[in-house]
Amino acid sequence: MYQFNYHKPESVGEARSLFQDADDPMYLSGGMTLIPTMKQRLAAPTDLIDLSGIPEMTGIDVSGGKVTIGAFTPHNLVADSAQVRGTLPVLAEVAGLIGDNQVRNRGTIGGSVANSDPAADYPAAVVGLGADVVTESRTISGDDFFKDLFETELKPGEIITKIEFPVPTRAAYRKFPNPASRYAVVGVLIADFDGTIRVGVTGAGPCAFRASGIEEVLNDNLDPAALDGVEVPDAGFNSDLHASAEYRAHLVKVMAKRALEDLLNG
Amino acid sequence: MSEAEVQSDTGIGAPVRRREDVRFITGAGNYTDDINQPGQLYGVFCRSPHARARINAIDTSEALAVEGVVGVLTGADMVADGLGDLPCGWLVKSKDGSDMNSSPHPPMAATVANYVGEPYALVVAESTYAARQAAELVMPDFDELNAVVDLGEAPHSEQIYEGIEQNLAYEWALGDEDATRMAFARAAHVTSIDLTNNRLIPNAMEPRACLGAYDAASGEYTLYTTSQNPHLERLVLSAFVQVAPEHKLRIIAPDVGGGFGSKIFIYAEETAVIWAAGKVKRPIKWVADRSESFLSDAHGRDHITHAELALDDNGRFTGLKVRTTANLGAYLSTFGSSVPTYLYGTLLAGQYKTPNIYVEVQGVYTNTAPVDAYRGAGRPEATYVVERIVEQAARELGKDPADLRRMNMIQPEDFPYETPVALVYDTGNYEASLDRALELIDYDGFEARQARAAEDKKRRGIGFACYIEACGLAPSKLAIELGAGVGLYESGEIRINPTGSVSVFTGSHSHGQGHETTFAQVVSDKLGIPYEDIEIIHGDTGRMEFALGTYGSRSLAVGGSALVEAAGKIIEKGKKIAAHMMEADAENVDFDNGQFVLQDSNQALSIQEVAFASYVPADYPEDLEPGLTAKTFYDPKNFTYPAGTHIAEVEVDIETGVTTLVNFVAVDDFGHIVNPLIVHGQVHGGVAQGVGQAMLEHGIYDEYGQLQTGSMMDYCLPRADDLPDFDIDTTVTPCTHNPLGVKGCGEAGAIGSPAAVINAITHALGNKDISMPATPEKVWRAIQGE
Repeated sequence: MYQFNYHKPESVGEARSLFQDADDPMYLSGGMTLIPTMKQRLAAPTDLIDLSGIPEMTGIDVSGGKVTIGAFTPHNLVADSAQVRGTLPVLAEVAGLIGDNQVRNRGTIGGSVANSDPAADYPAAVVGLGADVVTESRTISGDDFFKDLFETELKPGEIITKIEFPVPTRAAYRKFPNPASRYAVVGVLIADFDGTIRVGVTGAGPCAFRASGIEEVLNDNLDPAALDGVEVPDAGFNSDLHASAEYRAHLVKVMAKRALEDLLNG
Repeated sequence: MSEAEVQSDTGIGAPVRRREDVRFITGAGNYTDDINQPGQLYGVFCRSPHARARINAIDTSEALAVEGVVGVLTGADMVADGLGDLPCGWLVKSKDGSDMNSSPHPPMAATVANYVGEPYALVVAESTYAARQAAELVMPDFDELNAVVDLGEAPHSEQIYEGIEQNLAYEWALGDEDATRMAFARAAHVTSIDLTNNRLIPNAMEPRACLGAYDAASGEYTLYTTSQNPHLERLVLSAFVQVAPEHKLRIIAPDVGGGFGSKIFIYAEETAVIWAAGKVKRPIKWVADRSESFLSDAHGRDHITHAELALDDNGRFTGLKVRTTANLGAYLSTFGSSVPTYLYGTLLAGQYKTPNIYVEVQGVYTNTAPVDAYRGAGRPEATYVVERIVEQAARELGKDPADLRRMNMIQPEDFPYETPVALVYDTGNYEASLDRALELIDYDGFEARQARAAEDKKRRGIGFACYIEACGLAPSKLAIELGAGVGLYESGEIRINPTGSVSVFTGSHSHGQGHETTFAQVVSDKLGIPYEDIEIIHGDTGRMEFALGTYGSRSLAVGGSALVEAAGKIIEKGKKIAAHMMEADAENVDFDNGQFVLQDSNQALSIQEVAFASYVPADYPEDLEPGLTAKTFYDPKNFTYPAGTHIAEVEVDIETGVTTLVNFVAVDDFGHIVNPLIVHGQVHGGVAQGVGQAMLEHGIYDEYGQLQTGSMMDYCLPRADDLPDFDIDTTVTPCTHNPLGVKGCGEAGAIGSPAAVINAITHALGNKDISMPATPEKVWRAIQGE
């Protein structure tokens, strides 16, 4: 790790102004990606702005037909929340499948979403459920948020404060974990909003995306067998030691089918 | 040994909980990194980013300017100081009689770096932080050279070392080539197979570490290091590298957190650190981080093999031909040459009476990390060849794989059995293990389980491995004739203290094996002294006799036997003292469970009373030295031959290719068992590593020689949820030539399981071939190819 200046602001406004005044700052949320990267000397921010001291960024609110998760809320709080389990169980399930227990105790939803790791789980929920990503200055639609590998709609210094999830009629998530890292090789979330189907995919491409081809088929016929004829093109898909693009495309289809079976079996 | 035979709750056969676990589990262990000395400095190594590069010059000026930096020492500095190369401890000869081609192996690269991660400079500073900062400012001038990475292509690639053509260290052979050729000419059926034994990266829980210190007053060097065999380390550092004379060098291997073979070897890092400590005259500590461990610990396995099995009309094996290309990495590591030869070719008879066997092994240099012994070391590779080709033959002939094995097995009446590949098995009962394993797996119920799995769109397969293992490499004379640089005995010393407590010094090193418990059980049992009164001391060249340390599942069979012999000497001397005290002749004194008993009398003296008398020799035999201690060097007469049957059952998800190990049975014959709890633990760990090799682990270099699986994010070690509950049992044929009748259990799990698992997967896939590790995508592609 290289030397850096450490800050722990008490408000979002203070965090923003610290960011503006520093040479090459980074926000620290759970640090599940940033800290290992810094320890390997692959990241060298001049200033680390720790978001853990901002109370309003942590917490869960269920009201107005929405589940709102504060950006600093750790995964285990979501996974174990009776409110989330009761209202939006698929989100608790997604959170419970992230990493291991240590990661779930430290890692946060805001950090995960802001990082746009192609293999993270939460982005599938943001896209699949059509969540709104709320920052200190605006609301970004989940459909527009993820741009590319580690690239989002966020502007430099912009802070995610919370994420608002609409509550579907029913939903399910299936993940094919990387056997080593347990990140998603492919993860598919299917949500049914009163007959309108949304499908969010993580792991397969450079960032999370909606599988519009699958959505189209399922909006016509909400039957796992309907997916047999769907072609999932692998153009632009990730290909690495653990899975080729072709295999990932195949897994998108299989995970979609299994998620749909879960969804239909309630 | 059955429960009924157990004599006490701490003697031989008792499932005593490991006494060392208390300190390990409570964080009170004393590992190398826990040890600190006044004035200690910290070392960080600069490592080659290239798989092959000429080092023209190294500019250290900027690094030396960093505050807190004490020195930057390079490979060239070591050469200039006259330090020798790191030697390979086993001279293998090629089949034409010529000596193997050894590459130069300076401890740190001086003129050429030959693999990614090879150290070329050591930065020494007041803090790790300063050393790391400075290491980034060491400026080498590299000329990148073409790297040789692909094992199969290596003999046809650019020559890495001057004078070593085709990158071949040796072309070794064993067995009767002509007789084997004739057996194939007469064969009714020939089964052929091509196999890859995947490269593994050891990953002990504690990374390698060392702390080197030099005392200018006495001229003594002390090196704390993560070693499985401190005396071997001292011998190499003094006799070959010539850091310091042997009597001025002390090696201490304190608590060591796992080794699996990877800590047998003498590495660049501890060599450079102890040398540098002498130069800067202050202690220096180095602790590897996990990334360094991946790059620079010796790797394991990495073979390509073609094998053919000849059978007669009845299915009897008549010949086996094996040709293997073995990756040795960039340098011959300490025992790298012996692993794919004497620890591999000699095991190719397996449990079978195959009369003609011929094996050729090409040992090949590549620009990758050195490859050496890793849990099993040659024997898993041999078992993988034998047990995959036997299973394949059974399928081709439509025979039950258990039956085909059974009809070819060496029978109890055939022992001692001399194989066509140089070993003499002393004892065994292979069918007994096979039968018990078939019973435990419920072999008859397999078809019903397979049918149930099919209803869930799963394909269920079952696979066998009937392995043989040779442990406790021996005897010294034979090994030295075959090229070993050292003998293969072990030292042991028992000191009965004046108060009757016991200090035991063993040359075996414990780094997870539980010797402090097992060896105390043995000594307690033999001397009738309470287990609690016995201390086991190991891992310090300053405290124990010259010793060979721990590898090849040898500790109990060789190191334990040394203690039994030392106990025998104690009893003999004790009888003389007791006889004198009881005014009798020594031949009329018996020793039984801690008591010296005068025959035909009610007189007896405890060993504690006799020990006290030996140190306060008032009423004492005139011709006897005081004291009650004994030392032994035990040189075994033969290897021991653990054997057994492993059976795996898997279910393959047809849609995803995900394979789940649903059932695993291991029935092993380790001879007598001293501590069944520890033996079960060893089997569990070994099987987990074998399953890891079969399904998860793979050390992969890209075409430029960059390690692609350099962290746990990409190198997949098995976790608890990858494994089922194992069903484990043992059968017993005692070893015939050591006093405990024990054989060794440390590696068996990793030896038998890979073949069993892959045989189960290929069975599930209708005999489609699958290479290790059987990843979901590979399995899915095999299913797609149907």
